[in-house]
Amino acid sequence: MSGPSTYDPKTGIEKWLDARLPIIRLAHDSFVSYPTPRNLNYFWTFGAILTFCLVTQIVTGIVLAMHYVPSIDHAFASVQRIERDVPYGWLIQNIHAVGASMFFLAVYIHMFRGLYYGSYKAPREVLWILGCVIYLLMVGTAFLGYTLPWGQMSFWGATVITNILGAVPVVGEPIKQWLMGGFSIDNPTLNRFFSLHYLLPFVIFGVTILHVWALHVSGQNNPAGVDVKSADDTVPFTPYATVKDLFALAVFLLMFAVFVFYMPDALGHADNYIPGNPLVTPPEIVPEWYLLPFYAILRAITFNIGPIDSKLGGVIAMFGAIAVLFVLPWLDTSKVRSMRYRPWAQRFFLVFVVACFALGWCGGQNPAKAVYQAGDYSQVVTYKAADGTEATRTFAAHTPEELAIAVRAWEQDNPGAEGKAAAVVEPFKFTVETFSQLLTAYYFAFFLIILPVLGLRETPRRVPDTIAKAVLDGSKAAAE
Amino acid sequence: MKTILRALALTAALLAAPALTPAAHAAGEAKHPEKQAWSFQGPFGQYDQAAVRRGFVVYKQICSSCHGLKMLSYRNLGEAGGPFQAVAPKNWQLRGEEPVLGAPGHGKELVNAIDNPWVKAIAANYEVTEVDPNTGEDVTRPARPSDKFIYPYPNEGIGRAANGGAYPPDLSVIVKARHGGADYVYAFLTGFKDEPPKGVEVVEGKNYNPYFRGGWVAMANQLGIAEEAGVITYEDGTQATKQQMAKDVVTFLQWAADPKMAQRKSLGMQVMIYLLVLTALLYAAYKQVWRGQKH
Amino acid sequence: MKARLHSHTDLGGFGVAETTTNSTATDAPAPSRRDFIHIAAGAAGAVGAAMVVWPFIDQMNPAADTLSFASIEVDLSSVAEGQQIQTLWRGKPMFIRHRTADEIARAEADDKAPDLKDPATDDSRLLQSNGQPGKREFLILLASCTHLGCVPTFAAGDYGGWFCPCHGSHYDTSGRIRKGPAPKNLVVAPYVYLSDTTIKIG
Repeated sequence: MSGPSTYDPKTGIEKWLDARLPIIRLAHDSFVSYPTPRNLNYFWTFGAILTFCLVTQIVTGIVLAMHYVPSIDHAFASVQRIERDVPYGWLIQNIHAVGASMFFLAVYIHMFRGLYYGSYKAPREVLWILGCVIYLLMVGTAFLGYTLPWGQMSFWGATVITNILGAVPVVGEPIKQWLMGGFSIDNPTLNRFFSLHYLLPFVIFGVTILHVWALHVSGQNNPAGVDVKSADDTVPFTPYATVKDLFALAVFLLMFAVFVFYMPDALGHADNYIPGNPLVTPPEIVPEWYLLPFYAILRAITFNIGPIDSKLGGVIAMFGAIAVLFVLPWLDTSKVRSMRYRPWAQRFFLVFVVACFALGWCGGQNPAKAVYQAGDYSQVVTYKAADGTEATRTFAAHTPEELAIAVRAWEQDNPGAEGKAAAVVEPFKFTVETFSQLLTAYYFAFFLIILPVLGLRETPRRVPDTIAKAVLDGSKAAAE
Repeated sequence: MKTILRALALTAALLAAPALTPAAHAAGEAKHPEKQAWSFQGPFGQYDQAAVRRGFVVYKQICSSCHGLKMLSYRNLGEAGGPFQAVAPKNWQLRGEEPVLGAPGHGKELVNAIDNPWVKAIAANYEVTEVDPNTGEDVTRPARPSDKFIYPYPNEGIGRAANGGAYPPDLSVIVKARHGGADYVYAFLTGFKDEPPKGVEVVEGKNYNPYFRGGWVAMANQLGIAEEAGVITYEDGTQATKQQMAKDVVTFLQWAADPKMAQRKSLGMQVMIYLLVLTALLYAAYKQVWRGQKH
Repeated sequence: MKARLHSHTDLGGFGVAETTTNSTATDAPAPSRRDFIHIAAGAAGAVGAAMVVWPFIDQMNPAADTLSFASIEVDLSSVAEGQQIQTLWRGKPMFIRHRTADEIARAEADDKAPDLKDPATDDSRLLQSNGQPGKREFLILLASCTHLGCVPTFAAGDYGGWFCPCHGSHYDTSGRIRKGPAPKNLVVAPYVYLSDTTIKIG
């Protein structure tokens, strides 16, 4: 796919080096002459954006590690010192914190793009799996990093997530203790989390190199999903892809900068500005926004499934939601790569994207909260009226708390009327919990049922023979 | 391409939306704080330094007996963007000149917070306990600008015991640590009610405040009490009403939580302008490169 | 940026639409709007990259809390005649010595002594950092032997001043090196009198 190298060393030094370490040749073949499908859209710029994000996180992270103190007594204050006293510390800290969110935003767009255009299909299975590995490492790194400021969310997030391990039968508890280096999240945990948070980005970097390598072996997919057949189908990476990537990166940076300079805390959680306290759990523990869908899946399993209790079930579902991505190349049976030519797959994909957003929303809500509630809570109170006859009075309110207040208020106003309250009648409620369960079911059904079956049943639209033709068809369609 | 751009923008907006909407509160919801007009809001907003100075007085005279400012040092008051930042000509100390409050410019340099006379005077009101290296005994000395704000309690246990078991939170980043930020803290400070609404169960020894989660809080209506007792007389003649004191102290606390806001916003504006220019140039370059290429 | 501009001549694909013969030209074409845009974008990018570097360098400079200890104020009234206090300034030990009349006389008498390794008058060792003369009685020194940095002890050695126990350097009552391996006099700290009894060091 990459074809023979077109690098032509001109100067003596270049020739000398090329015979010994053809690094310029490698760079030239990978990022200059590399043939790029000419029909790539802006979704294909996120590879470059992600590389930028990774480098930014590593550079700012190394700087922050110069000032951060990984000790439960000093971590919170040392982060404050970075924001207050270290020259430009506020800037670098904001970039790192906002950068984590930007990284995930970009990776999700990148992943949805791969999903839509069938970038996981042969011959790109390994490329896709390496991407999944990177994503998994990113989740791990983000989780470890979120512990470091030692705020309430840091502490309780770490507590809740390490407790997930406790769900594993038999070995769960010992592994949990081994990971925490104690019986709870404490100083040893913070120290090792810091060490691992420093290590993992370099592992990500290594896997990224493999990811790019795999990409350059199989070549880029493209919106039409057809293979490159001739030189007409491609343009050289430089300048075509480079300039487009740079433009997209600049747009991305604009949004990045808005967060860094004008709303640095918008993506975080207020409770993380309260120093970690093992005695008080925050009223609502939620992960950072980018992990909310998986958190919703974790909480959606509220029932035992045979021998698997609900806790372990939730953990299996959550990890399963990521694990299913690894086997996706073998789940999708369609011969057509790009969903552009698969009308039904398009519809199911759109629902899938909406379901992912909805799961994210659910993950941030109290599970008992009603998405829809038909009417009010009500309660009938029977009491003795002033004339001695028995009377009833019906109270209604939107929540049980408001109902109790209303009943008590009436009792205070009518001290003589000793009432007997009947049971509270609950209205029909469609809760966040039920909603999450439905969405979780769709999430798995999309991968395990819809994609395998649809590939066999669906009649795709006609796929263009070549990329060049796809481009011509596209411009014709636009002209009409 | 347009559809794709639109889809991209939509994706970004959708992704950002759940993150930006604050997580809903659990059952027993607190009253939502009303929006206030703040000097520091928006991309160009700056601290009303007179309000920050008044707020410091409120903090010092009312709040500081129970609430600390662990993350701050006295010098912060005189640093760039702080309420007592002062300017003076170069070498003012040797030339016997007096600094004046204000931001640098017009040949006047920011006075080093360590030498700032206002900061020194404020710090000198406090006492620091140190161990005398010669005798090994505790000795006290007046605080210096480089010292941290003196904490009201030597440890958490004493703090709890002094407040009926409730430990008054540190206020260094309180505005960032509460959903609703400055609006919430303002609503909380001014929202105390003598009587809870009918039907709400009374919790003995606590005070009712509808903005507080659960409704009952150990802290008393301090600003209401201070207004009645006339605890504060502002030097600049501002009437020290409950609302005024709340507004001032919240502005002070916002500054305490985010002292680098001025630097952040001014650098931010430069970066935004730069990025807009760069984006425009790159777009032009992109159009040039791809001109005539079918894609 | 540079690679992209180079590729203009290296690769045939650049600007195909304008002219195909252009792709084989090896000499740079006359400046055009196209070149201007590329150069401007490249330059803007380079300037931005250069500006980004500064915060990452500056962050390693002493932070504001560290700088707040860069100067200290010392009340001299607590130092009795014939006493010296030892204090830390910027993490380094200092001597603030209240000299007796005898010590002062001895220091002045030795101004022209032939064995001064690092000749200096006692007057010059009392100068404030603003160039004004200091007070005869108070000598403000870094307590670090100029040989290898040990802390010398007072009232030891042959000259009535300091003696460094590490390698045997003798300093006089003005802190000047007289004998031993140390090459220089004890360093006078930068200080100014803020009032009659208060000095600011640093």
